[in-house]
Amino acid sequence: MTAHANTAVAAPAASNARPDGIRVDLQLIADMIEPGSRLLDIGCGDGALLRYLVSEKSVDGRGIEISQAGVNACVRQGLSVVQGDADTDLKDYPDAAFDYVVLSQTLQATRNPRLVLLELLRIGRRAIVSFPNFGFWRCRAQLAMRGRMPVTGVLDNPWYRTPNIHFCTISDFLDLCRAEGAVVERRHALGQDGQSNGFWVSKFFANLLGEQGVFMLSRPTK
Amino acid sequence: MKPGAASEARATFRPDGSVEHTPAVELGRDKPLRLASGATLGPFTVAYQTYGTLNEARSNAILLCHALTGDQYAAGIHPVTGRPGWWDEIIGPGRPFDTDRYFILCTNVLGGCMGTTGPADNSPATGKPYDMSFPLITIGDMVEAQARLLDHLGIDQLLAVVGGSMGAMQALEWAHRFPERVFASVPIAGAARHTAQNIAFHEVGRQAIMSDPNWHAGNYRVHDTKPSQGLAVARMAAHITYLSDEALHRKFGRGLQDREIPTYGFEADFQVESYLRHQGRSFVERFDANSYLYITRAMDYFDIAAEHDGQLAAAFVDTPVRFCIVSFTSDWLFPTAESRAIVHALNANAANVSFVEIDTDKGHDSFLLDVPEFHAILSSFLNSAAEQHGLDGP
Repeated sequence: MTAHANTAVAAPAASNARPDGIRVDLQLIADMIEPGSRLLDIGCGDGALLRYLVSEKSVDGRGIEISQAGVNACVRQGLSVVQGDADTDLKDYPDAAFDYVVLSQTLQATRNPRLVLLELLRIGRRAIVSFPNFGFWRCRAQLAMRGRMPVTGVLDNPWYRTPNIHFCTISDFLDLCRAEGAVVERRHALGQDGQSNGFWVSKFFANLLGEQGVFMLSRPTK
Repeated sequence: MKPGAASEARATFRPDGSVEHTPAVELGRDKPLRLASGATLGPFTVAYQTYGTLNEARSNAILLCHALTGDQYAAGIHPVTGRPGWWDEIIGPGRPFDTDRYFILCTNVLGGCMGTTGPADNSPATGKPYDMSFPLITIGDMVEAQARLLDHLGIDQLLAVVGGSMGAMQALEWAHRFPERVFASVPIAGAARHTAQNIAFHEVGRQAIMSDPNWHAGNYRVHDTKPSQGLAVARMAAHITYLSDEALHRKFGRGLQDREIPTYGFEADFQVESYLRHQGRSFVERFDANSYLYITRAMDYFDIAAEHDGQLAAAFVDTPVRFCIVSFTSDWLFPTAESRAIVHALNANAANVSFVEIDTDKGHDSFLLDVPEFHAILSSFLNSAAEQHGLDGP
């Protein structure tokens, strides 16, 4: 998805990237991945996470990216990436085809986030989802005090240019997970510095202080 | 083929100036090819060219599959036309098909007319040209013949099989038929089936040949003539389908040929007419009309899903092959949708697949032209396949 390229986390990339590595929120995701596993990165952008996982964790990694420029950039790095759309192309994949399916900073840009989430849980044994938290205090403040749509580090586009069409808060996302029976295995709320603060003391504070949420889910046990 | 032996063998010229397509090997004397049609063919000859050196492990061989009117002379100067080979620009040291690193192999397809057995060759049974008694062949039969050559050369597994258009069909068929013999497959500007539109264009070409009085029901060699006019028209019609409207317009527009005003007649007033006539004329110098009939027919019969109850995904269950599918935006003969259908089928098997659509206005023939983005993709995919296959870096 272009979400990678032109929204969301594009802005803090420079400031939050470690000199030797990848963006800290991607590093957090990477740290959740078992070496040597099979992984699908949906909305893999220019392939930063995928390249890191293939080289550092020897994953059997694949990617889907909506922008052709992103796909070509990935393939030019030797990554296995196809042009495709999270909303329409996940149905091709068989059940439990991957150990992990990653959807980083893309959920909010899909047309049907609920169906996408269900597809993630179907084709991956585990799904890792990250998204900008609309409940972050600065978003709340901009809307409440200034009466303006929030523009923050991870939401750096004005309303008329953003590809993000389904904003949610961390609390909203957890409600959806509960409704669909997804098991939340790990949860992180990332502060403005991009560092994980775990989940602070409670969901309330995570939802208030987290600029982004990162979750590892598994499918409902039947 | 001994590993380490650089093959510099090239076509040779006979004393009378005619070309002997070497190297070429006779195969299938003991075990004839069993063709898709049920007929058998053997012995048969496969003519090929190689570039680079086969390594000790025999793990660096890349098979290039040529398109309908191509041949084994992918690089260097073509012995018949005197022009550079069809992928000359991308074969060589440091190029995408890096001959310092890979052993590049290209065969003339079964049914062809550059040394591999085809309708123009003599049948061992009669001592006369096969012509229309040549058995109908398929893309699968071409691949079987190539596999026999690999057996002969002692190459168990190809690092990659790469081809455009009909070559893409072969690259796919290789992955389908011999998944264990192909590490990576790169079908470019291809499809898993020939569409009704594709078949229709081919039929126009065949009818042009067969309605030429010099065709003589395929026995033109006996009459010491050639259906040149028919073959030229077939080539002209086909050539239009290889280009895009934009490319034709950019190249020729409505420009007039060697004149300031139209003649108000039926001479080649327009540059595009003159160009097509030239394409037709030069084609008949190098291509056999009956070969054209047989090879176009082979493409028409191509439909990988048909062998799997119409389910293309079923053709690639648990495939170990790494794919890189490439299409071009302005290719209306083998449009991106056809490549995408292959990608969907491979995704249904969670196969290792890359898919790129290259933005160019050069049409179907883009795979033969200077399209830097395509060449960069090709180079990096081959490089990563080579690394995964355990080849040392360039």
